[in-house]
Order: sequence, then C-alpha cells, then structure tokens
Amino acid sequence: MPASTEPYVLNIGPQHPSTHGVFRLRVVMDGEVIRDLDMIVGYLHRSMEKLAEERTYTQNIPFTDRADYLAAMSSNLGLALAAERLTGVVPTERSQYLRVIFAELQRIASHAMANGTLISDAGAWQTPLLYMFREREKILDLFEMTCGARLTTNYMRIGGVSFDPPPEFWPALAELVAELPERIDEYFELLTDNEIFLGRTRNVGIISPEDAINGSLTGPALRGSGVPWDLRKAEPYCVYDRFDFDIPVGTVGDVYDRFMVRMEETKQSVRILQQAMAEIPSGPHKNDVALALRPEPGEIYSRVESPRGEIGFYLVSDGTPAPYRFHLRAPSMINLSLLREMGVGSSLPNAVVTLGSLDIVVGEIDR
Amino acid sequence: MARGPRQLLAQPVADALQSALPGIVTAVTDEWVEVASDRVDEALRWLHDAPAWDAAQLSNLTSVDRHTHFEVVYHLQSLDLNHQIVVKARVADHENPVLPSAYPVYKGALLQEREVYDLMGIRFQGHPDLRRLLLWEGYPGFPLRKDFLGIGHGQTTGLQRFPFEDKAAPDRMINAGNIITGERHSGDAAHTGGGHH
Repeated sequence: MPASTEPYVLNIGPQHPSTHGVFRLRVVMDGEVIRDLDMIVGYLHRSMEKLAEERTYTQNIPFTDRADYLAAMSSNLGLALAAERLTGVVPTERSQYLRVIFAELQRIASHAMANGTLISDAGAWQTPLLYMFREREKILDLFEMTCGARLTTNYMRIGGVSFDPPPEFWPALAELVAELPERIDEYFELLTDNEIFLGRTRNVGIISPEDAINGSLTGPALRGSGVPWDLRKAEPYCVYDRFDFDIPVGTVGDVYDRFMVRMEETKQSVRILQQAMAEIPSGPHKNDVALALRPEPGEIYSRVESPRGEIGFYLVSDGTPAPYRFHLRAPSMINLSLLREMGVGSSLPNAVVTLGSLDIVVGEIDR
Repeated sequence: MARGPRQLLAQPVADALQSALPGIVTAVTDEWVEVASDRVDEALRWLHDAPAWDAAQLSNLTSVDRHTHFEVVYHLQSLDLNHQIVVKARVADHENPVLPSAYPVYKGALLQEREVYDLMGIRFQGHPDLRRLLLWEGYPGFPLRKDFLGIGHGQTTGLQRFPFEDKAAPDRMINAGNIITGERHSGDAAHTGGGHH
C-alpha cells in the first residue's frame, strides 16, 4: 500500500530568527515539499508615506532611518539627493566626499549583517555572524563619533551633512580601512571552501538574469544573477564617478553568488574609501538652507544604490514646504516579487536560505 | 526641471507610441508620457518589446491622488541602454478606479500593485493575487487617499504642521483638534504643470 501524504499549513514567524524581523511566511507543505507560499507583512507599518505629507523635506529625513534601519545612511542619502534635485540646492564639495565615505561604511556594515545572518540560516549558528559583527561594531563606533547615533543616524542634510567628523575620526577610519582587507580574506578562508556552506548555498534559489530584470530585482540580488547593474556606475551621484571600482557579478544566480557578490562588494567599498579619504577636500560640511524649503510644483524620482538595491524617492511638490506625495521605493519589498515562484517546489530549508540571501529589512518593506 | 540624469525626453517616446498604437497617448510633457488608462498594459508591452526603447525593467510603480482623479506612475528603465522612461495613466473615475495590471508584462508589478491597491484603493484588472499588502482585509478605507477619514479639500490631518512658520495664527484647529484648515491641497494648485487640460 503506497504511503499517502496530506498537505498542511506551517506558519513561520512573525517572530522567528530566519525571517530577519517581524515577517511571516505561511507555507503549505506536502511532506518536505513546499506546495504554496505566502508572505504576510505589515507588522511594522507606520504609515510613513502619509506622515511624510505633513512634514518638511528635512523633517522627513529621520523617517528614512527607520525604513531601512540597517542602512540608514543610504536611505538618508537617497532623500537628501531627491530633495536637492527638487529644490535645486547644491551640496558642498566636502559633504559629497563625506556622503560617499559614510554610504560605503554603511554598505560594509550592512553586508556584514546580511552575510552573517545568511550563514546563520545555513546552519553555522552565530559564530561567523559575530565575527562579522566585529567590523560592523567599529563602523557603528565611527557613526557614533560623528553624529551621535549608531543606527538611526539622521546624518545627511539637504545641502550637506549634519556634522563634520571629529579629529579622532580620521585615524580610526584609517586603521579600519587598513585592517579590513585582511579581515575579509579571513572570512573567505573560513567560509568559501566550507563543505557544508557550499552544500547549503550552491545551486539553491537560482534566479535567471531575465527573471531578475523582469521581477524588478536590484542590488546584489540582481548582480548575483550576472547583470552588472549598479547605480553608482549607471547613474553616478555624489562623486562616485571620480573613483575607481568594479561591479562584482555572479554567474549562476544562486544563494552562493549573492553571498559572494556582497563579499566582493565589501572589498570594492574599501577601495572607494581609500580613494575618498585621500582626496577629500577641506571646506564647509553644509550649506545654509532654509528650514522650510518650498520647491516649485513638480516631481522627481531619484534613486541611489543602497546595500539592498535601488532605493528610490518619488516626491511630488505642490509648492508648499511638505511633499504632496512621498513614495519610497523599497528594494527589500520589491526583491521579494519572485519569492513565491522560487519557493514553490523547493524545500523549507532551501526557502529559508533563499530568503536570507535576498537580505530583507522589514522596516523598509512595511515603511 | 525634474528629469532624472538618465531620463529620456518624453516627446520622442510619445511620438513612437502614438504611431505604433494610434490614439494611445493622451498627454505629454518633457518628463512623462500620459497614456489612456484602459490601454496602459498595451503601452507597457510595446515599450518593453521595442528594441529602441527596451523598457526591460519596471523600476517603480506608484500612484498619486489628485482629488478629482488618480495618476498611476510607471518608472521604466533599460539596463542595456541605460535610460529611464516615465509613463503615467490618468484614472478618471475617483469613486471606482480600475486599470489593467502591468503584471503580465512585468513580474515586478506583483507587490507594487498590491501596495497601491492597499493604500490608494486602485484595482488592477488581471493581477493574479490582488489583496491588501501592509494592512489587513477589512481595514476601513485607503489611507493614502487625500479624502481618507472624510477629510476634504483644503483640510489636512494631524497637528499644526509648521509651528515655526505660522506664529501669527497659532491655533487654527477645528473638529476636536484633529483637523486644521489650510491653503494646501486645494484642487488644481496641486497639478504639476502642463499635460492634461
């Protein structure tokens, strides 16, 4: 008599380590195979876009900290640039370099978190994560030194940045930049040849380049599939066009490739940091800008390359100090467009590492 | 003023669209092409397939409530040619806004259209799974609409927004402190220049 199975519903989350935040997966399982998969989000919804319609552009910068709370600098920068393009404010030369320095530091910290938790999902419970946190801690110390906050930095301003780094910042940064390449090589040694890690990540969660593009994927999720698309090159903002760096891409489009793209990007960020530190000019860190800017009626869609992909701000102005419409394009959410079709037919452990490799931040999904 | 660095001028795009699909373009500015809302899927399919425009990726999909109608905004991009195209659809029926889904052309519309439906109440015909995304089924109303909670023209929710600006009239609150009157959100002042009139 053949064994028969019956589908059952399994809830993962909203409180679960593998969902990386308050995120719920509702999975229909048949034995070990996923038959259906649904994501339930919104637990962190704070109606940011509605609240933003009641606040000035500068007052909205702290909201962006709380969207992608693992890469606050990048979202700060996205809004500052969008508001500058809308209002015509020009940032100072020095602040352009400071923006690049902090955005790249943030990228290293965020990728450390993404890869560390991915390795946790793959079974190496906590040890590699804490190794990666070592560098992240030093970066957060640099943030704290400069703007007083470690996560919710509220650092970028329309016309510049909020503070010039203190004198002790520069030697600490130089020390960190000097030791980072060695540390990154250490992780490569520890992980990239690890049999278990390779077994869990190779040929799992494959995304074809066509699907990645059609599914609006951006960031490491897109580059892991072999598409060399990076807004720092494609549409250079700040002073990225003055620096020499490469865009690492994957070949297969699996979890391993997305992991490796992040590791390689960390190295490229170090290269950018070295050049930016050497070339940063002196001068004011911020231009004086009116508290309540009134942009001409119009609209702008402006985007930057955050660690998770294209973070875009669609701002519509009606001539008043507050945006008429404020939309944040959240790469964490849009990168999940293919989650269901990737999950159905695979197994639960594979779905968990696939979700981990897409590197979601629930604050940004829910806004 | 506000074209992105890699954003194409909309007029040539509009001309090409109009000659391929007669009657589809309803308005055009420097920045965007406005197409007939019931044919927006045709326009997207054509831009996606035409090698000269190669709109391979739906970068961003969102909507704006203009009080009398809705605008659905599509930011398309070509990764190979590195350019951006902005397409808008004007949904005239403010009571019952419906337009075709972009999902058959772009899988990336799956969650973005659910978000627009959830927060702005615009329905996308042909979407495979149009449910609320961030809020729950049964939530009353669509919060990103300008008339959410029955707040009409010339009024806005929340506390006094810019106390540093408004020292002369510190207290303009009505309705138990929940609603204040204001000059913003007053109909056509919100329009962003030319196009449809």
